[in-house]
Amino acid sequence: MKRILSLILSILLLASLLAGCGGKQNDAPQGGADTPAGPAADPAPTVDTGRRANNEITVGISQDLDSSLDPHTMVAAGTKELLFNVFEGLVKPTSDGDLAPAVAESWEIGAEMTTYTFKLRSGVKFHNGQDVTSNDVMYSLTRCRDEGYVPALAEADIAEENGNIVITLPAANTEFLASLTCAIIPADYADQATAPVGTGPFKFVSRQAQQNVVLERFEDYWGEKAQLDRVTYLVYENPEALAMALKGGAVDLYAHLGTATVSQLGDDFTILEGSMNLVQAVYLNHTVKPLDDVRVRQALCYALDRQEIFDLTADGKGWALGSSMYPAFRKYFDESLVDLYPHNVDQAKALLAEAGYPDGFALTIKVPSNYSPHVDAGQIAAEQFRAIGVKVTVEPVDWTTWVEDVYKGRNFEATVCGFDASTMTARAMLERFTTGNGKNFIGYSSRAYDEAFEEALRARNDEAQTKAYREMERILAQDAANVYIQDLVDFVALRKGLAGYRFYPIYVMDMSTVHYE
Amino acid sequence: MKKRNYFLIFGLLISTVVVLFILLGYFWTPYDPMKMNGAVRSSAPSLAHLMGTDKFGRDILSRVMKGAGASFFVAFGTVLIGTVVGTVVGALTGYFGGWLDEVLMRFNDALSAFPSFLLALVLVSVLGPGRRHLLLALGIVFIPSYARIVRTEFKRARSQNYVKSAQIMGAGTARILFVHILPNIWPVLLSAITIGFNNAVLAEAAMSYLGIGVSPDEASLGYMLSDSQAYLSVTPWYALGAGLVIVLLILGVGLIGEGLQRKDI
Repeated sequence: MKRILSLILSILLLASLLAGCGGKQNDAPQGGADTPAGPAADPAPTVDTGRRANNEITVGISQDLDSSLDPHTMVAAGTKELLFNVFEGLVKPTSDGDLAPAVAESWEIGAEMTTYTFKLRSGVKFHNGQDVTSNDVMYSLTRCRDEGYVPALAEADIAEENGNIVITLPAANTEFLASLTCAIIPADYADQATAPVGTGPFKFVSRQAQQNVVLERFEDYWGEKAQLDRVTYLVYENPEALAMALKGGAVDLYAHLGTATVSQLGDDFTILEGSMNLVQAVYLNHTVKPLDDVRVRQALCYALDRQEIFDLTADGKGWALGSSMYPAFRKYFDESLVDLYPHNVDQAKALLAEAGYPDGFALTIKVPSNYSPHVDAGQIAAEQFRAIGVKVTVEPVDWTTWVEDVYKGRNFEATVCGFDASTMTARAMLERFTTGNGKNFIGYSSRAYDEAFEEALRARNDEAQTKAYREMERILAQDAANVYIQDLVDFVALRKGLAGYRFYPIYVMDMSTVHYE
Repeated sequence: MKKRNYFLIFGLLISTVVVLFILLGYFWTPYDPMKMNGAVRSSAPSLAHLMGTDKFGRDILSRVMKGAGASFFVAFGTVLIGTVVGTVVGALTGYFGGWLDEVLMRFNDALSAFPSFLLALVLVSVLGPGRRHLLLALGIVFIPSYARIVRTEFKRARSQNYVKSAQIMGAGTARILFVHILPNIWPVLLSAITIGFNNAVLAEAAMSYLGIGVSPDEASLGYMLSDSQAYLSVTPWYALGAGLVIVLLILGVGLIGEGLQRKDI
């Protein structure tokens, strides 16, 4: 009898162990309960957190920041997202996807597009009270150049003339300005890694590793001051603990929620919908048969039913994409490409037969197992491909294997993943698919595409460049380079009574506009 | 009055039900286990879907039937490999001893020196994904424990009189090993098999829980458990279906093992 008891106990123990060790990775946009997420018409918040009186909020984050908070060396997206509030460059990104003057008040670009003259804004102060001088700017920019932090500055000549900063490039680069969002920091300040000092609307107060980061409003900010007095970031690595914290009133704001968690939140929260700002697609390896045949790739595009993916994973939400560009890039995004391959099983089968595969072929789709939106999309896409006779196997691989084997080793047939833009330039999205590019892991090669890219680089004005980039987008779509799916929906939970959260086309969380109503 | 062996009775009862359930799953399931249906996403258990549906609207009962079959297949194969290879290695080393014993047992030690889970992970990543490779990897991992148990028994049997008399009568070595000694250590081996089977079921569930060796769209108990975790508070039946079958499968075999031992005493 004792043995049976211990058997049952050990089964229970194992089950609870298993339940415990997988918790971290499962919070991501997924299909959950059927309750649609959206602001409910409930006026009074039921939980009084006591923070309203102090004009402060708490923000949940899913992982601790980089061990160093030096803005030039930060790696994790989560660190960039937070430090966006603390640091500014000569220019800073706006929520519209443009660049606004920040530490620089204005700039002039020479006729050859190689000389940039920046007039510094007067009265900008660092959080430690010092004025920002041209010396600090020179220090920051040369540090970024010499240490290789900003590749676009690599060959640039940086000089100071009459208090202005003059940057001379070896060759024209129309997207150079976007690189100058790199932080301006005080010259020769040694403690940047532990007590960062910048010029942003919030100043850094304290940090406890694995627990919290505290920011306070910077009263001497040059621009419109932040509305909140104090923002405390709390680290919740376990999504269930986070859900409890939201429901229990410990956290007022959380970005990047999945539909599963959203459906558990009650009426205390306003749920905002934004986008993840990435291109999720079934990326296809063009160097393996039969994916080298454009008809086969087009057949897969016709087989895909994006709406079903949205319905099954995110309550019907998501932004359908037709090429390697997401809608937040308003200037470049070409909406007409989305419907280039409407869902059509017959058409797909016809194309397969024409390509010589009337009975389909075997295809393995590798998916990064720690990232459930891609695993889910991969499973549904697999079912849709099976409908046209393609025999699909979905193979989950861990993230390291994905990076080494799929991305770097290019050992794959198809893979579902998402690519975002490192800077707010179309180039960051499109350059990777040019012939021979180191990041061109799908082995795509098109002369027309390469020529369009050359043209974009040569372009002397914005209009010509935009045209060339849109042309590249079109070529990718017409070649069915990949089976484009979506830009994922991203939910932000905001406690009732708070407002002013703004979405950006890049991965940042701007706290300066958040306020109590 | 003879005391009834309730362990055996209940064990056989549970196992029969589970095995029938699995056999049925090979030939018939209420729905296509892969078929997604957006209209019935995450619906609670009902007459149409006895165990409810998962986040893609797939019928959980159908998936559990298929998944239990796959788990059973892997566990059975694992124990088969472990027992057969382990018995042969254990018999040879235990009976002969000497340098053969030294070499094989040091190899055995080396194998069991690795955490078994880690070893299985490495093997699967070398062999590649797929149920058969998972089975092979787990089988290899299970060999050392069987070899060790069998070796001890054979070593003891070697000096016993019935073996000695068989030797004097001129019986062949193979005959002594597998006809004379093996039946005598059968009870020990049997309990090792039942415990091993349960361990194999759990190992398969744990591996597929971690997403190793299985594809997420094919039905698998472990993967269903890990997938259901994010929805525990919203759709608890998702986890219950898979969990229940694992528990019953293990409990049934465990009870049989316990019952068989009592029978012999």
